Amino acid sequence: MSEKVLMKGNEAIGEAAIRAGCLYYFGYPITPQSELPEFMARELPKRGGIFLQAESELASINMVYGAAACGVRAMTSSSSPGFSLKQEGISYLAAGELPCLLVNVQRGGPGLGTIQPGQADYFQATKGGGHGDYRLLVLAPDSVQEMYDLTLLGFELADKYRIPALLLSDGALGQMMEAVRLDHEVKPVPDKPWAVTGRRDRETLNVVQTLSLDKDTLEEHNRVLQDKYALLRKNEVRYEALNTEDADLILVAYGISARIAKSAMAKARAAGLKVGVFRPITLYPFPEEALYETAQTTKAYLVTELSCGQMVEDVERVTHSQQVHFYGRTGGNLPCADELFDQILRIMQGKEVGGRAR
Amino acid sequence: MQDKTSKGQLSVQQTPEKIFAITEGLQDTPTHYCPGCHHGVIHRLVAEVVAELDVLNKTILVEPVGCSVLAHNYFKMDCVQAAHGRAPAVATAVKRVHPDAVVFTYQGDGDLAAIGCAEIIHAAMRGERFTTIFVNNAIYGMTGGQMAPTTLEGQVTATSPYGRSGAHAGAPIRMSEMLATLDGAKYVARVAVNTPANIKKAKAAIKEAFARQLRGDGFTIVEVLSACPTGWGMSPVAADKFVGESLMKYFPLGTIKAAEVETHGA
Ligand SMILES: Cc1ncc(C[n+]2csc(CCOP(=O)(O)OP(=O)(O)O)c2C)c(N)n1
Repeated sequence: MSEKVLMKGNEAIGEAAIRAGCLYYFGYPITPQSELPEFMARELPKRGGIFLQAESELASINMVYGAAACGVRAMTSSSSPGFSLKQEGISYLAAGELPCLLVNVQRGGPGLGTIQPGQADYFQATKGGGHGDYRLLVLAPDSVQEMYDLTLLGFELADKYRIPALLLSDGALGQMMEAVRLDHEVKPVPDKPWAVTGRRDRETLNVVQTLSLDKDTLEEHNRVLQDKYALLRKNEVRYEALNTEDADLILVAYGISARIAKSAMAKARAAGLKVGVFRPITLYPFPEEALYETAQTTKAYLVTELSCGQMVEDVERVTHSQQVHFYGRTGGNLPCADELFDQILRIMQGKEVGGRAR
Repeated sequence: MQDKTSKGQLSVQQTPEKIFAITEGLQDTPTHYCPGCHHGVIHRLVAEVVAELDVLNKTILVEPVGCSVLAHNYFKMDCVQAAHGRAPAVATAVKRVHPDAVVFTYQGDGDLAAIGCAEIIHAAMRGERFTTIFVNNAIYGMTGGQMAPTTLEGQVTATSPYGRSGAHAGAPIRMSEMLATLDGAKYVARVAVNTPANIKKAKAAIKEAFARQLRGDGFTIVEVLSACPTGWGMSPVAADKFVGESLMKYFPLGTIKAAEVETHGA
């Protein structure tokens, strides 16, 4: 029988993480993700784990680095301003090939911005964020159930490829309550013979470090990293396509925006308009082929994000379409489905879209 | 080898007494340190202590960014290299994942007193059960001799070309005294390695810190005043003298704090 529990999105991440065997959480409070560290502070000590509130996001990401170097599943979470502070450590995690789960429950920015939801950290999440050539596996849930599912998947793939995985969520999903099934099978954590343990009976030393003073060694290391990212692009693309086959217009959205897009699509279909939704679940690797395929049949796209236009650049790049429209809200505002439906009508009537026309 | 027995007779069978060997805790390899630099001496002392306490195979080094960024090539231990200043955060997690391991950070004064000031204070506050070896050479060695928070007033560095001015840059920070105010810090000592006598005392302090870690005491730190002849623009001999005559005046040697050891039952 399947267990279903009513949970907040932020708590679903915590429950999934513990079930995935993540017994080490390091974080620093920030709205709108604090339910997650609060959940971990409550649950981890009871379930054999360690919750530690660090002095800053800098410290907490480096604690994750230390724990991951020791081979255990570890995580941190934050929201936009705090997540910016973690970027140095994330670059080191990527360079050190250390698996872990990172969570950014985005809020509106830039600067201190707002505590209300946002999606303006897409560039930071998918294009690098910190220094150097690296990518994260970026997973974008659009429901509390997916907060749970993708947390499990994030840990699994992080270990499989020895990369940091990022769950890119937002304040709306973090605060939202929905019923969640918790009955997933959790695969065992793989062996990590490279982990730092103290030498014990090993002949060789295990060293986790990211400095290469030799040019060719570093270039080779970059090649190894790039090969992983190529494997991600080949094997780990995930997306949801709804009514895209016959669509004249496809809404492209992730996270909370995808939920609203789905409602707008339902309204449009009820009105006899051929509208579909394409939702990237992995933002990196971006579902390039699948989205490109839709460009062969559809006439136009409407990208909607809680930003001034970030993912839209990838949609343009991938589809080569001259008809990529954009509608974004910021400041913590969410568009309502009717608002998006109006934009759909405008596009169908050949008018300018109310957001930034592209 | 021949040796005189206590009775004054010559014995030819006695095995020679070993008076020098590379310690078990170090790899048999030349280091990249400059002539007269104290990092090598400090490495050796830590390695000897770890070997003498018989914990080499469960010791984990958390190395910094600074001249000792390649310490993993010299110590015969598992190692995690931390980003600049973050070694105490990294070591916090390492020790909590492996509570039975002996964990130490090895950090310069730029690393610990400037960029990583928050991390060391909070690790000490939490009473994290690792040991910090704090190598204070009053300068940024690795990046070419710039001013550190520990640079003495009047000291000329690449970024204090007219000498550090207290009015402009403040007076140097005494990290050990500051850390000693925290309840979580159980052992805080400042030592030097500029003379054989000081080297002996330095080793004793390092041993005390590691022994306390093994007993599960809280945070332990040994600050080692250290020479940087290259960064200071001095000969190794002059640099050793500078440690004794200038650094020690501002940073006095001694045990700054040795908390009562808690004994748990019999
Ligand atoms: C974030 C960051 N900032 C700056 C640097 C450059 N950097 C490398 S080592 C160092 C200072 C090292 O001085 P110290 O910690 O005193 O150690 P020493 O080299 O003297 O042993 C600096 C500023 C860096 N690597 N990373």
